[in-house]
Formats: sequence, C-alpha cells, structure tokens
Amino acid sequence: MRVVYADNNATTMVAPEVVEAMSPYFMEYYGNPSSMHSFGGQVAKKIDTARVQVADILGADPAEIIFTSCGTESDNAAIWGVLRANPHKRHIVTSRVEHPAVYNLCKYLAQNNYHVTELGVDSSGMISLTELADAIREDTAIVSIMYANNETGVIFPIEEIGSIVKQKGSILHTDAVQAVGKIPLNLARSTIDLLTLSGHKLHAPKGIGALFVRKGTAVTPFIIGGHQEGNRRGGTENVPSIVGLGKACELAKKYMAEEQTYVKQLRDKLENEILKRAPDARVNGHKEHRLPNTTNLSFEFVEGEAILLLLNEKGICASSGSACTSGSLEPSHVLRAMGVPFTAVHGSVRLSLSRYNTMEDVNHIIEHLPPIIRKLREISPYGRESIAKEQTARISAGA
Amino acid sequence: MWDYSEKVKDHFFHPRNVGEIENPDAVGEVGSLACGDALKLMLKLDESERIVDVKFKTFGCGSAIASASALTEMIKGKMISEAAKITDDDIARYLDGLPEQKMHCSVMGREALEAAVANYRGLKIEKPVEEGTIVCKCFGVTDNKIAHEVREHKLTTIEQVTNYCKAGGGCRSCHPQIQAIIDEVWQKEKEKAMIERAKGPVKKLTNIQKIKSVQETIERVIRPTLQADGGDIELIDIDGDRVMVSFRGSCAECPSSKVTLKSTVEAKLRELVTDSLIVEEVAS
Repeated sequence: MRVVYADNNATTMVAPEVVEAMSPYFMEYYGNPSSMHSFGGQVAKKIDTARVQVADILGADPAEIIFTSCGTESDNAAIWGVLRANPHKRHIVTSRVEHPAVYNLCKYLAQNNYHVTELGVDSSGMISLTELADAIREDTAIVSIMYANNETGVIFPIEEIGSIVKQKGSILHTDAVQAVGKIPLNLARSTIDLLTLSGHKLHAPKGIGALFVRKGTAVTPFIIGGHQEGNRRGGTENVPSIVGLGKACELAKKYMAEEQTYVKQLRDKLENEILKRAPDARVNGHKEHRLPNTTNLSFEFVEGEAILLLLNEKGICASSGSACTSGSLEPSHVLRAMGVPFTAVHGSVRLSLSRYNTMEDVNHIIEHLPPIIRKLREISPYGRESIAKEQTARISAGA
Repeated sequence: MWDYSEKVKDHFFHPRNVGEIENPDAVGEVGSLACGDALKLMLKLDESERIVDVKFKTFGCGSAIASASALTEMIKGKMISEAAKITDDDIARYLDGLPEQKMHCSVMGREALEAAVANYRGLKIEKPVEEGTIVCKCFGVTDNKIAHEVREHKLTTIEQVTNYCKAGGGCRSCHPQIQAIIDEVWQKEKEKAMIERAKGPVKKLTNIQKIKSVQETIERVIRPTLQADGGDIELIDIDGDRVMVSFRGSCAECPSSKVTLKSTVEAKLRELVTDSLIVEEVAS
C-alpha cells in the first residue's frame, strides 16, 4: 500500500545522504575518538567536522555545540545545568505549551522546592510579552520558552522574548527542536543563551541531539563522566549519529529555501483544500507565525483517534491531540491552553510535511480525509443541529 | 498504536446498526462532547418485549464505536430482560478483548443499555452509581461510580480505575481520593467476608463460579502486584480446590521467594474467593 507520511513533527525519514555519510563509522572507522592511536584520532576529526556543520546552521561557534543523546537530554541538561550553576536562584519561567521534555521537568521542579511560573497563551497560541516581563524576578534562574510549537507549529517571537529576559538579567533557553532545519536561525546575533536541537526531526537518526551553550554561560554538566565534549557531557561519543547529524544540518541549510517555498506551498494547498471540502473545521494556532510544514486542524463532532485509524487504512500517517491517542485520557495540553473548545480538541489532527513529500501525497490526503470526516459524522450523535438544540435548551432553561 | 483485536477492527471499520429509529420504544444516552465520548442507543420492541430493532450513534474513538456496534449485535433479537443482564465484560469478551486503557468504552456501552432499559420501564433513569459526590472533576465521575467499578471489576490500582471509568485520567489531582475509595472498598469487602465466615458455612460456589472468580482475582489483583516487581504468574489449571499456577519473570528465578509467594497467593485467593483453596506450583 502507498504510504503517505505526514507526521514529520513526530520524526522524519533519515536522508539517504545522511545514511551514506554514517555507514563507514560502523565497520571501518569504529575507533574511539578519545584513543591515543591515529585509528581513533581520525574519528575525532570527523566529530570536529560535524560540530562545524551543526554550528553553521545555527550561526554559532563550534565550541558552543555539545552533542547529546536527544532533545529531551538537551532540555534537561540546559535547565538542570543553569539551576545547578545558580543554586541561589530558585525560580523558573516557562510556558503552558512546552513539549513534555520541558513541561514535565518544570512540573517536577515545582514539586521539588523550585518556583515555576507558567505563562498562558492566547487563542492563537501566543504568550503575552508583558506577562513575561512581569513574571521574571530577581531570583529567576532561567526562562525556557520553545522556539516553535510541535503541535500547532506556532513560532514564538523568541528574540523579543530574549531581549526582555536580558533586560531583566536572566538566562534564556529555547527548545528549538521543531525550528532547526525548518526556519533560518542566526545565533551570532541573538539573545538566546541555550538552544536545544534534535537529530531525528531534521532527517538525521533518532538518538542524537545537541545543545548550544553561548560562550560565557555558566552551566553545570548534566551527565558526569569522562572528559568528552570539553568536560561538558561525559560518555563515549555516538560517532555515526554525530556524523549523521552534521550531514543532516548541512543538507538542511542547503534546502532551507525549499522549506519556505516548496513545503509551504504543499502545506497551504493541503490546508485550504481540506477546509474547503470539510465543513465545521478550523485551523488551530496563529496562521502567519507558523512553521511552513505544519497544519493542525480540528473537525467538530468527531474524535481524533477514529480519524487516525481510518487515515491509517488509507496509508496516511498523522497524529492527533485527542485524549484517546495519548495513552492517558488527557487531551492535548497545548490546545487546551489555547482555549480550543473540548469538542475541537478531541477532533484535532496534525499533519506535518517535509521536503520529501510530494503534491501526489497532498492530493492523496485531500482525496481521503474529507470522506473520513463525513463517515464519522454519520456515526456521531452530534452535529450542527444537536449543538444548536443544546444551546437553545440551555438558553430557554436559563430564561 | 493500540493493539486492537480483529473483531474490534471489524466492528470499527464496518459498524453494524448505525443510525436512528423513528418513534423508538427506548432511548439510552450517555457521555458528552466534553468527555470525549458519547453513545445514543435506540431500541424498538415487539409486544413480547423482544428487541426487534436497535440503532446507535457514537462520538468517540475506534473502540467506542466498536463497543457500541458489538452491543447492538449482542442484544438484537433478545428479550429486554435478557439483554439487561449484559455486562461491560460481556461486551469486551464479544470483541475478543479490549486494551486495558479502553475498558471504559465497554462500560459506556453497558451504561447506555442500562439507561435504555430504565427509559423503557418508565423509570426515571435509575442510576445509583451516578449519584454521589464528584471526585474526578475532569470527567465528572462520582465516588459512588468509582466504588461501583472497583467492586464490579476487582480493581486495585488508580490506573485500573482510570481504564474503567476515566476517573483520574485528567489533571490527576483526585488521585489521593481515588486511592482512598479503593482502600475503603476493599476494607469493607474484607470485613464483610469475615462476618460472612463467622456466620457459618459459606454458600458453596459452583465450579464455574469458582474458576471465574479465581481467574479474575489472579488477573486483577495478584498479577498487577507481581508485575510491579518484575514477576508474573500464570494460572495453569483448577481441579476441585487445587489451584495450579506457574511463576514467571523474577518470581521464577528466586527459589526462596517462591515459598512466600505461594502462601501469599493462596492467602489472597482464600480471602477473595473461598478459604478451601490450595495453591500448588507446577512446571509449565
């Protein structure tokens, strides 16, 4: 069956060039970069090259890049690292729409003698800068706000956030896992102090990430061990994946323009056609300040897991903010924080594309998604009339 | 991705009896948009109170739709008095099982059926379990309903309670209250059992009742406890009062703990099923 992969915010295909770049590092160049012999030493040089490639896409200095095992580790290393380096400061500012890597870590910290201020978002998924300015205190060790949201694709005004954080004398960390490779970044002229990126969201393998730490930022190492990564992260380097991440960053830089043109066109076509063909649907999140590859749509009166199962039958891979897909019963905290009505949260579907998607893929989804919504609405006891009836009943009961 | 049985998939992709009945004799409605699932069940009965037609509409996930479809197939052609005896476990069994986290879908089926039967008999929806104080604010679940599910399905953990009635699946702030309800139910059951025992000879269980009860106790009470410690148990056979089991995982490797385990399992089964049981460990 034809598979249409539209879940690129969950993970991406590893680029063929990346696989090719990695393959010599399993059986040929398998040396330990820390070894004294040149068999290992030659591998260390490749890690240096990868570090330059990663720094390059960020506009950073290679010395500011630490390789980690994933985005979650980078987030933990950034937040714990700053907190431990500033033990007298016990306050953290974050948002209500963070990825679980930051969201749940902050929840944990709040239960363990730290103070956490969670900034709410408006209906378009944006935080208020005034609220941010008011939230930062003298003892605020770190502000952690994501660059772009994984569920809606909403992009935060991170530099404006950064200048407020700087004015108030705190440190800014941003989880840019969804942004790197999709939108241009330049950390050389930026207010960001720490930035998280993850390999598998930009066509590198799973199990590799990086943390940018601006020179002069005091961070206590999160994983204590050997002298690797300039004593900032212990553990023998994941050489093939580091090489792969370097290559993936090089490719992402090369194809950056395509993300803004080709991928964006696909997304816009997909979104517009589906909205045209399926009534009672809406886009969740700010329509302009948004990643070019992501659309988060809500369909009233139907439930997301049922949509995903039927899409799956057509070979279409997507995800949902519905409670039934999460393993817990809690629907998406992101959509709830945005005040999206329960009905629309349960019927939400996220479609996220990449440069490997084609117009045929998009047409395949446009062909199959609207009939799926129609089918489920035929089964559903709810509809426009039932909602109208409920409202009238409520009004007349109130009157 | 949920691990759904072929039967669940079949009923989800090809739901039976979708729609509405004009002038139905009974209607049962449960759930709401806010809860994330809802079911409307409509019945048509003949003069002898046989269900001659049944239709449903569901808002919910794959297993909610499948559970509703299965329920309609199960009750079609049955006398209403017979249909009323169908439990959520029957629905789950009919579907060759549901993932643990999805048991509340079959509970919704049973509740819609209860509501329809009550509606037919002109009762003002006799739902004692819905009354009481709301414990889980996210899903509007009362203490009575939680206690009912705990007793009915021999639930021992908060996670199981969430699976069966959604309580505790949202913000989690009610978890301590749910734990208190679980503890209270089992404390009461224990006391009741002691009083019963003191009263004299216990009513003898039939073989089928005994086997079912042993199975349920092992599945719902004993296994979760062992699994939490990396162990497991399998029921091999039951012969009279002899319950033959086999230990797995970390339990199987530890000879000294086996003795303790055997007596613990025996004590639990004697407490919850009948006190004449003897647990024996056999090679599997």
